[in-house]
Amino acid sequence: MKPPPFDYHAPATLDEAVRLRTELGPEASILAGGQSLIPLLNLRFARPSALIDLRRVRELVYVRAGQDGVAVGAMTSQRELERSVDAARLCPLLREAQRCVAHPVIRNRGTVGGTIAHADPAAELPAALRVLAGHVTVRGPRGERRIDADELFQFHFTTSLEPDEILTEVFFPALRPDAGSAYLELSRRHGDYPLAGAAAIAAGDHVRLCFAALGPTPVLVESDDPADWDAAIEPAGDIHASAGYRRELAAVLGGRALALARERATGGAA
Amino acid sequence: MKHAVTLTVNGERVEREVEPRLLLSDFLRHELGLTGTHVGCEHGVCGCCTILVDGAAARSCLMLAVQADGVELRTIEGLAEGEELHPVQAAFREAHGLQCGFCTPGFVLAITAFLEESETVDLSDGAIREAIAGNLCRCTGYQNIVEAVRIAARAMGKASA
Ligand SMILES: Cc1cc2nc3c(=O)[nH]c(=O)nc-3n(C[C@H](O)[C@H](O)[C@H](O)COP(=O)(O)OP(=O)(O)OC[C@H]3O[C@@H](n4cnc5c(N)ncnc54)[C@H](O)[C@@H]3O)c2cc1C
Ligand code: FES
Ligand code: FES
Repeated sequence: MKPPPFDYHAPATLDEAVRLRTELGPEASILAGGQSLIPLLNLRFARPSALIDLRRVRELVYVRAGQDGVAVGAMTSQRELERSVDAARLCPLLREAQRCVAHPVIRNRGTVGGTIAHADPAAELPAALRVLAGHVTVRGPRGERRIDADELFQFHFTTSLEPDEILTEVFFPALRPDAGSAYLELSRRHGDYPLAGAAAIAAGDHVRLCFAALGPTPVLVESDDPADWDAAIEPAGDIHASAGYRRELAAVLGGRALALARERATGGAA
Repeated sequence: MKHAVTLTVNGERVEREVEPRLLLSDFLRHELGLTGTHVGCEHGVCGCCTILVDGAAARSCLMLAVQADGVELRTIEGLAEGEELHPVQAAFREAHGLQCGFCTPGFVLAITAFLEESETVDLSDGAIREAIAGNLCRCTGYQNIVEAVRIAARAMGKASA
């Protein structure tokens, strides 16, 4: 239950971090808030040769609200995003989803970039990013590029970032004024990862749903027909819930989230 | 390779050389002898290692000691002023908020952060339970801990939101 040995670097700028990322190779890991990586080190599931800690890279800490949406620096804490009044106004879904992530104490240190890069299919923010059709910005030795949420999540804990790239920004597009949104989930204990989660957006006849914990990535469906949802998800059974139970949760949570999103769209609130 | 760290712990400046893999919880307990910070699970679940990092509650088992360079830490040892208990500690005693005490330092720090964070706090059962949800207690059944939060809030002059 103690981490294996590794080297440690804490660059002060993004340029220096990108240089180290290339120099130290794929055996090194980025350390953000440590709320997923340090448990993995303690359990010795991860054995990086070196950690590149981004805690001093202050240029990656910001929440910038514009008309199009909210740009969040990768090292912004989840707590800060949850508290942002601008983010809650532009993307009400974010605060709702963010409050389901672990506990306040974990969100104080866990970062927005970290939860997206970690790409746990059961995590809330990746589902929110995908249902909102968001994107991320990454930096590497070949410069900067943008990756859309649809392309980003590849598999369990796997994104399309190259090993020498660092995620720098997460962009959540603003909800259209005529649209409503909702995030609902079921977890065994408060703050746990969900057994299943559903994010929904409704604008007139158009609906988008994204399910958490029901496949190897957040699962996006653009249909209000539960049969389509059932066809899209690939739930697995584990000690927490059977695959069949998770299928039922998809129908129930998807239905409720969609109804709530529609109500909010017509009601104009949230 | 060891790294030099300089930090403030309960108001005192501390300078040490640490290995990167040393957890902050072990640094506090083994290097500084501050054994009030307890260690249960070492993966962020139980909450008994909770301390304040620059005023915000954090798991010391999910931080490396090297990451604490330049920060200000408060642990359970830094709460009382001499013989006088911190209001949250006094409230735990008054409400019988502990039995074996293993979980208590983590609860006290998490609650201190919750109460110090703003002038007004939501003292509904739901909000209090949300605030302590990241801490596990195998003895008390939580009822008296919830009560201790209310007593402490009153003692600290917090208005109910
Ligand atoms: C008790 C507990 C309960 C939790 N419950 C939930 C929950 O219900 N829902 C949920 O979503 N999460 C939960 N989490 C995880 C938490 O949200 C983490 O904070 C998050 O998954 C990772 O963010 P981090 O900043 O801590 O990243 P780290 O742990 O530092 O890093 C995680 C991974 O992402 C990589 N990475 C991080 N930042 C970057 C970057 N900028 N560029 C490239 N790679 C990067 C790291 O190399 C590492 O592989 C829980 C954690 C704990 C301890
Ligand atoms: S020992 Fe840190 S949370 Fe359990
Ligand atoms: S008092 Fe014993 S675990 Fe909480």
